[in-house]
Amino acid sequence: MAARGVASVVQVSTAPLRLVTEQDRSVQIAATIAVPTIESEAQLKALLTSLSGVDAVGADARAAKLSTRSIKKSTKLAAIEMAISMVDLTTLEGADTPGRVTSLCTKAMRPDPRDLTIPSVAAVCVYPDLVAHARSVLGSSPVAVASVATSFPSGRASLKVKLMDVRDAVSAGADEIDMVIDRGAFLSGRIGQVFDEVVAVKEACGEAHLKVILETGELVTYDNVRRASWIAMLGGADFIKTSTGKVTVNATLPVALVMLEAVRDFAETAGPTVGVKVAGGIRTTKDAIRYLVLVNETVGSTWLTPNKFRFGASSLLNDLLMQRLKQQRGTYVRADEFSAD
Amino acid sequence: MSDRQLANSQLGSLEYDPAPESAAIAKLKPSYGLFIDGEFSDAASHGQFATINPANEETLSMVAQANAVDVDRAVVSARHAYDKVWSKTTGAQRSKYLFRIARLIQERSRELAVVETLDNGKPIRESRDVDIPLAAAHFFYYAGWADKLDHAGFGPNPKPLGVAGQIIPWNFPLLMAAWKLAPALAAGNTCVLKPAETTPLSALVLAEILQQAELPLGVVNIVTGDGSTGAALVDHPDVDKIAFTGSTEVGRMIQQRTAASHKHLTLELGGKGANIVFDDAPIDEMIEGIIDGIFFNQGHVCCAGSRLLVQESVADEVLRRLVRRVEQLRVGDPLDKNTDVGAINSAAQLLRIRELTAFGESEGATRYTSSCELPQKGYWFAPTVFADVAQSHRIAREEIFGPVLSVLTFRTPEEAVAKANNTNYGLACGIWSEKGSRTLWVAERLRAGVIWANTYNRFDPTSPFGGMRESGFGREGGRHGLEAYLNV
Repeated sequence: MAARGVASVVQVSTAPLRLVTEQDRSVQIAATIAVPTIESEAQLKALLTSLSGVDAVGADARAAKLSTRSIKKSTKLAAIEMAISMVDLTTLEGADTPGRVTSLCTKAMRPDPRDLTIPSVAAVCVYPDLVAHARSVLGSSPVAVASVATSFPSGRASLKVKLMDVRDAVSAGADEIDMVIDRGAFLSGRIGQVFDEVVAVKEACGEAHLKVILETGELVTYDNVRRASWIAMLGGADFIKTSTGKVTVNATLPVALVMLEAVRDFAETAGPTVGVKVAGGIRTTKDAIRYLVLVNETVGSTWLTPNKFRFGASSLLNDLLMQRLKQQRGTYVRADEFSAD
Repeated sequence: MSDRQLANSQLGSLEYDPAPESAAIAKLKPSYGLFIDGEFSDAASHGQFATINPANEETLSMVAQANAVDVDRAVVSARHAYDKVWSKTTGAQRSKYLFRIARLIQERSRELAVVETLDNGKPIRESRDVDIPLAAAHFFYYAGWADKLDHAGFGPNPKPLGVAGQIIPWNFPLLMAAWKLAPALAAGNTCVLKPAETTPLSALVLAEILQQAELPLGVVNIVTGDGSTGAALVDHPDVDKIAFTGSTEVGRMIQQRTAASHKHLTLELGGKGANIVFDDAPIDEMIEGIIDGIFFNQGHVCCAGSRLLVQESVADEVLRRLVRRVEQLRVGDPLDKNTDVGAINSAAQLLRIRELTAFGESEGATRYTSSCELPQKGYWFAPTVFADVAQSHRIAREEIFGPVLSVLTFRTPEEAVAKANNTNYGLACGIWSEKGSRTLWVAERLRAGVIWANTYNRFDPTSPFGGMRESGFGREGGRHGLEAYLNV
């Protein structure tokens, strides 16, 4: 097992509470659990077992309740612009070509050419062989190039091949690497292997940020999602990501909730604030706003930035643009008002 | 900013713009009469009282004050309807009316939700998503029973009791009306319903719905008024059954007054529910469950989980997360769709909550109060948690009926059971643990009518609800709920 990090204790404050009487406790209560350095699979297993379980009925109910929040007027406009800035505009098809990627990058930098106040998206997300092309189109724009790697989407290759895949994408200019965990290893209990792969990929990433795809649709239970989140974070993930978008079940609100709780608890105990990326099946502004509300009320403002929260999506962007215009003008415009890519 | 500084940022930075539901949807009339014999009419004394919006103290409408003469008229109407019409209808016919009422409640659900929120002070999210849908569900459920009474387990052809006098509280005005009316009507009784003094409006809209449903005249009569109206109903000689939901104090009085009479009685009274948290509980969902248990409906819930019994080994962690979550509750305009905690129902109730919480402080408990801003007008109380509470504190023993949680600790399952049962009440308890065998072990030993496992404050028309000891007797909901209205 690769060792990583140094155990530390972080004092995390709760929100300040109003003093009502002298008997009010004015001190803030702190979490004082430290995440240890992982030195063996047994230790990792013990740590994961010590995590609280997730009650599926309760998690579903909490996510459903938060999805009834009513976001209107200026909040809606702000949320739409925030969501645009968090999009990883994605194309992951066998039929991808340089032409298609050029089109996507152009859209990413200037989502609507008629209105330059609209923020650019966070990144474009492509396969490794198209990274160099995307990099050249994006030039010095703030839009990052994200590349899936590690034999995306199945992850069924040797570690050697996966690492080559990563190095290839990084050397071509990828700023961010979206790796997949070995679900087979996770489900058969070889969690040490999952952890080691994350550590190795993180090292291969160098300066590039690492997003670890859990493929929650294949992990199925929320307990698995919570544990896989911790393995990824302990292994050095900068982001944990729900899905590849290539399986039947992709991002869901309760899965995002469980992952947000994981990054919150991790930040409270071990230190780094890990980001969350939801991907797959998020097509409408309504969906995106529900995720932002979930972020807002589970982990708060720290995560309400493209550095800490992302949407992996393609068709979502146009709906965001359309709803933004609707908020400004009060009426809808035709879908053809917006470029297809 | 370093990652660590970032981690300390506060929740809720995405400020939500106000998203108020329109009060005009309630279509309130300036005044409402008594609903007797299928018609609205003035009280004999022509007396009226104002019903106000507790969120801003403005008068919503004037409502008739019924006295003994009016109650007698209502009971005579109910008796006549029972003898001439309702006792002669078939179960299938009664079922038809109940289905109609259920559908009409659904059709007018938005209006009813706004009426309920205006009159009661509860958040529109709750009246819209809980109160009104559940009220409709109760009518749907008992509509199904009306023609199947032979198969309800009470022997062949069970008979109704006759005229039922039903007195309901202010915390869930329409839902409690549904809990009372639906089984009574399904079983073949006629009813005189007395809504709470501070929340009569949704019952009066329900009266309009009964007219729309063409329910035969006099089958349901609704008399509004204060305690004296309820007393007149309890004392009326021609009432066969009294069903009461409310305080233990009033329940005791009703039981004394109906003693040695022919009147059947069911009481659903107060509670001091224990929410028991073991160290292996699913922590995030448990925190939500505790919040729902005590801050749902501003804690105006007879089965509220107002005592948190937490295993000492995890008490600090639970309290830390709980306090953080309390701080996040959105308190304010009940009509705003994003409000989590609304207004206290009345000045009298606010006074009681203040008195009891003052005791909590003087007795030495540690108080955490949400720093939320409270509106200037209306009756408001910030969500509050008391830690370091001892079993002997008043806030651990008396029902506060407000957004106030008392946190106590225990060491072993035996101690948890002993502390949970060490109360005069026995309405509801919750158990939080991932270990099924322990949950069952604890549940077997708790003396409470309702026990929730890994959830709290979940209601369903198919599930019986009711208490033990000073929380009352009789069950509402489910097949069991029919028994309270059948002569079996």
